[in-house]
Amino acid sequence: MMNTFQFDTALLLVALPEIFLLSSIVVILLVDLFLTKGFKQVTYYLTQFSLFITGLLAFNLIGHPETVIFSNSFVLDNMASVFKVFMMGATMVAMVYSRHYLTQHSLFRGEYFVLVLLSVLGMMVMVSGYSLLTLYLGLEILSLSLYTLIAIARERSGAIEAALKYFVLGAIASGLLLYGMSMIYGISGSLNISEISAFASDANLGSRETLIINFGLVFLVIGIAFKLGAVPFHMWVPDVYQGSPTSVTMFLSTVPKIAAVAMLVRILIDGLGAMHPYWSDLFMVLALLSIALGSVVALMQTNIKRMLAYSTISHVGFIMLGFVTGVVTGYGAATFYVLVYVFMSLAAFGIIILLNKKGFEADQISDYKGLSKHSPWFALMMLIVILSMAGVPPMLGFYSKFFILQQLVSAGFVTIAIIAVVFAVISAYYYLQIIKSMYFEDSEKEIVVSAPMDMKLILSINAILILVIGLFPDFWMKLALSLF
Amino acid sequence: MLENYLPIMVFIFLGIAFGVGPMLIGYLLGPSKPDEEKNSQFECGFPAFDDSRMYFNIRYYLVAILFILFDLEVAFVFPWAVVQSDLGWFGFIAMSVFLFLLVVGFVFEWKKGALEWE
Repeated sequence: MMNTFQFDTALLLVALPEIFLLSSIVVILLVDLFLTKGFKQVTYYLTQFSLFITGLLAFNLIGHPETVIFSNSFVLDNMASVFKVFMMGATMVAMVYSRHYLTQHSLFRGEYFVLVLLSVLGMMVMVSGYSLLTLYLGLEILSLSLYTLIAIARERSGAIEAALKYFVLGAIASGLLLYGMSMIYGISGSLNISEISAFASDANLGSRETLIINFGLVFLVIGIAFKLGAVPFHMWVPDVYQGSPTSVTMFLSTVPKIAAVAMLVRILIDGLGAMHPYWSDLFMVLALLSIALGSVVALMQTNIKRMLAYSTISHVGFIMLGFVTGVVTGYGAATFYVLVYVFMSLAAFGIIILLNKKGFEADQISDYKGLSKHSPWFALMMLIVILSMAGVPPMLGFYSKFFILQQLVSAGFVTIAIIAVVFAVISAYYYLQIIKSMYFEDSEKEIVVSAPMDMKLILSINAILILVIGLFPDFWMKLALSLF
Repeated sequence: MLENYLPIMVFIFLGIAFGVGPMLIGYLLGPSKPDEEKNSQFECGFPAFDDSRMYFNIRYYLVAILFILFDLEVAFVFPWAVVQSDLGWFGFIAMSVFLFLLVVGFVFEWKKGALEWE
């Protein structure tokens, strides 16, 4: 029999984490259907278990020689594996926090966990995407799951509004991204990242080809900037963060950022690295605008979720600055920053969820008044997280900022580094405001921490690690650098 | 190169003229004597029963969505079936995985009661 398809099952092992995760999604979906009322927690434990095993499988593939499978559309390299391990860890932590929120607000449904797992699967495909189509496929799996996740609180008009806004704007951004991809495909004749790279770095590239690549590049940058939430494509961020259920906000503000950075690296560095002089200018403008707007507008927020949304925007600005440098160490710094950001953001939203009660969201800054009296331990944890976000040494957040600024200065962008520092100082004001209301103000309202033990434990570890890793950041910085 | 598009342009203009022309002629030549009766809503000759903006059950959309899903599935199966003899076991297993995932979705919607009309 003539077999036109060459297929080696050994190659499937390269995609083993994804295959395992997809199989467990199917199992969890079916198991949840047939569970009776009292056993719904089984879904949660199965989810944690499958995330853990997927993480282990991905960890096992670290150090695997770079392999490209599935007709050159799926790559396994160290960056993919390390990112996957981090995504699994972050999702597991997010799920621990989510469970408390979901039970408090009667949103505990099996679909929630299945959708989270599906979006994680989409992110894994994105991280490993080696053709424009695979990247787009992963992005869509991720986005569609997120839209639905937000709308899972369908009785809240805010959540519906957030989901609809995210959906409409996300669809437009996907369209722009696709348009850019079609331009790149049209001129280079290939969807494959390495072939695009070979085409773009050809020394004999004519001015017409360069023009069309640049044209596509602008749309690609817009699409990526939207997914990251950089100014001026940030409009969705505050509304979506505020309107979504807090556990969903936590998830969508953390893990997808890793995937977005991975997509950025695949398209703009692995694929169009030769075009760096063109896209780095765009990035510089977007990054500075993000840092400036994120720092200034956050000053006026009274809703802490909205404030964290603007803080995310300014963090994204810092991440993009790392890519402006155009050197490998700069990319490493940006990667380090995004991982640190995910870590901090998880803890910050964890505290918000910790103070949640039935019918009470704890999403106003004034809700934190007097936290130091009612729960000194978690006030201390919040203090660590907030100081880290503001970039105060010796917290982890200081080193991530420091690393970026150092790379900027050594690449010759001194003015930009100065502007970034000035806005970082401005942003310290609103971070300190939270600390002020926690420690120096008092309210008659009793704050009760009713979270289960596992959440308190993980949250404390999460916050303390921000301090401890901040004292010894060497290993993680070297890890981030080794990915490029 | 551009002249290849001339028929399309002619076609677009013809289409616009064909759509807009009769309306324009009717607007210009037709008599217009509105009165209260003529301006009120027309509902099969009766006065309007109630407001048209009301809540109604759109269960149909669910069926429509599910239909599209399984309709597309078959659209994928057809080209596969044509070349199945060339694909061999790889093609068979790949399609089985695809169909299995859709069956899982089917079990889900059934168990959730999406197929029950009332």
